[in-house]
Amino acid sequence: MKTLKKAVLDHRNGCFLAGCIITGVLLALILLGAVWTPYDPTAMSGSEKLMGPSLAHLFGTDNFGRDIFSRVLKGAGVTALVAVGTVVIGAVCGTLIGALTGYFGGAVDELLMRFNDTITAFPSILLALVCVTVFGSGKYQVLLVLGIVFIPSFARIARTAFSSLRDANFVQSARLMGAKPARILFVHILPNTLHVLLPAVTIGFNNAVLAEASMSFLGLCGQPPDASLGALLSEAQGMLASAPWYALCSGGVIVGLIFGVGLIGEGLQGGKGERNA
Amino acid sequence: MKYAVKKFLMLLLTMVAVSFLAFAAFQLVAGDPATNLLGTEATPEKVATLRHEMGLDRPFLIQYGSWLVGFVTGDLGESYSGGPVADLLAARLPVTLVLSLLTFALTVLLALPLGLRSVRYGSGVRSAVHTVVNQFLMALPPFFTGILLTWLFSISLQWFRHGAYPGFAVSVGGSLWYLLFPATAIAIPRIAQTVRMLRSTVLTEMDKDYVRTAIARGNDRPGVLYRHVLKNSLVPVVTFLAQTMAEIVAASIVVEQVFNLPGLGRLLLTSIGSRDYPTVQAIVVVLAFWVVLANTVADLVNRCIDPRLGGVRT
Repeated sequence: MKTLKKAVLDHRNGCFLAGCIITGVLLALILLGAVWTPYDPTAMSGSEKLMGPSLAHLFGTDNFGRDIFSRVLKGAGVTALVAVGTVVIGAVCGTLIGALTGYFGGAVDELLMRFNDTITAFPSILLALVCVTVFGSGKYQVLLVLGIVFIPSFARIARTAFSSLRDANFVQSARLMGAKPARILFVHILPNTLHVLLPAVTIGFNNAVLAEASMSFLGLCGQPPDASLGALLSEAQGMLASAPWYALCSGGVIVGLIFGVGLIGEGLQGGKGERNA
Repeated sequence: MKYAVKKFLMLLLTMVAVSFLAFAAFQLVAGDPATNLLGTEATPEKVATLRHEMGLDRPFLIQYGSWLVGFVTGDLGESYSGGPVADLLAARLPVTLVLSLLTFALTVLLALPLGLRSVRYGSGVRSAVHTVVNQFLMALPPFFTGILLTWLFSISLQWFRHGAYPGFAVSVGGSLWYLLFPATAIAIPRIAQTVRMLRSTVLTEMDKDYVRTAIARGNDRPGVLYRHVLKNSLVPVVTFLAQTMAEIVAASIVVEQVFNLPGLGRLLLTSIGSRDYPTVQAIVVVLAFWVVLANTVADLVNRCIDPRLGGVRT
């Protein structure tokens, strides 16, 4: 937890602070959107079509008179849910696989890493697109598919980190003191790999937001009640000439999510050179 | 030369592995093509005859072998929608190929000078501004930038007509001009990532002893940067650029939809929509080959930059 503590305590770490503020505000809005939105996101209104942003409608209305702010709040909720789920699946499974293969090495390690190399030849969105045709579309299917697709990259990072510490002095002393492998892996080595793993989690989150938004933009994710930010953006593209603020607001929230978490990652990597050994 | 041959063999081996993986996955996923083709009302006898005609009753490895031989000789099988897959691909491949090459060229041409420039911002306000701007550009999803570019340059300024891609047969210049907008949309976050990567590599390299020695001997900083440091920093950057190729390919699938381009991405989506597995499989393998090829080229370029790289893996 040293990196996290350091990032929090370092007052000069503006990136980390700014990232936390942006992400915090967005997450608060998303949580708010889950329980309350100013208007019903699907309610149409004939008299309030295509209104520009105003105090009554923060992000304006679309050409059915629906309140875009409410729609974006709901959509961001879906995007964030899928992204968090993806990272949890990818990071937990990937770290577990990477930790075991990196620490124990051997033939299984060699085999898995070759497999990993082959898998990385396929762009992850391509894999996810193909998988969705099989599992069907919907937010939980996409969450599962993206989670699985993200495992190899986490496994690779974790493997490098764990195998570089396999024979470190503190690991050898722990071994001499009779610690079991599970304890060595998760109590001794894991905290010392966080400076690599935490930034990887932030990058993974951003890739997940991007992947989910891309897939729902292509219409392979949720159906209308589940419309995520990407689906909104694709809807907005059709109204680009009449309601450009729709595209700007729904896309802007995607940018905000990625930018905020990206800054957090940058802040975590701040003291990168400190632990080269 | 020996290195190039070794790399070429590795490339072939990887391509075989990649295509085998794709083939096996589609066998699992797609179900029985004969049943797919005949629909639900097929009698078992009809299915059995068609399976025999399509060669589906042969062992798995033989099927893979004949598919691979077909793939190499340009026969990609028959699309469920009728007509050979190879014809479908040949019509769409140029768009995606030119789009990714154009994006790649933009990325390299802009990222290298910008990255080297950014090295001069040591630490201070300029460095902080640089970091924040860079992070912001990295956060711009290509399909969103694409929509913004459409709005600005097509709807407002009318520099190009959205949806009116001429095609290379009609006008090469017009097509390139049209492709420049999607290429920009894909390139922006890639440029930002490459700049960040180059900057951190060069800055780490600048701390090394040989740089101190070079400066102590009276060389000026730009001289040391271009003559010594750059050459030593390029290897990881070239590897990174090869990975960028994979991301460009992935992004172009989505951006082709934004700009209504008749490329592989469009074909992939329609084929996925109609469950046309032979076509999907061919596209997946072609795109993966493209990525593997980019990695091999990067390894060869790196070998030219740094002849010490003799091993199979860099």
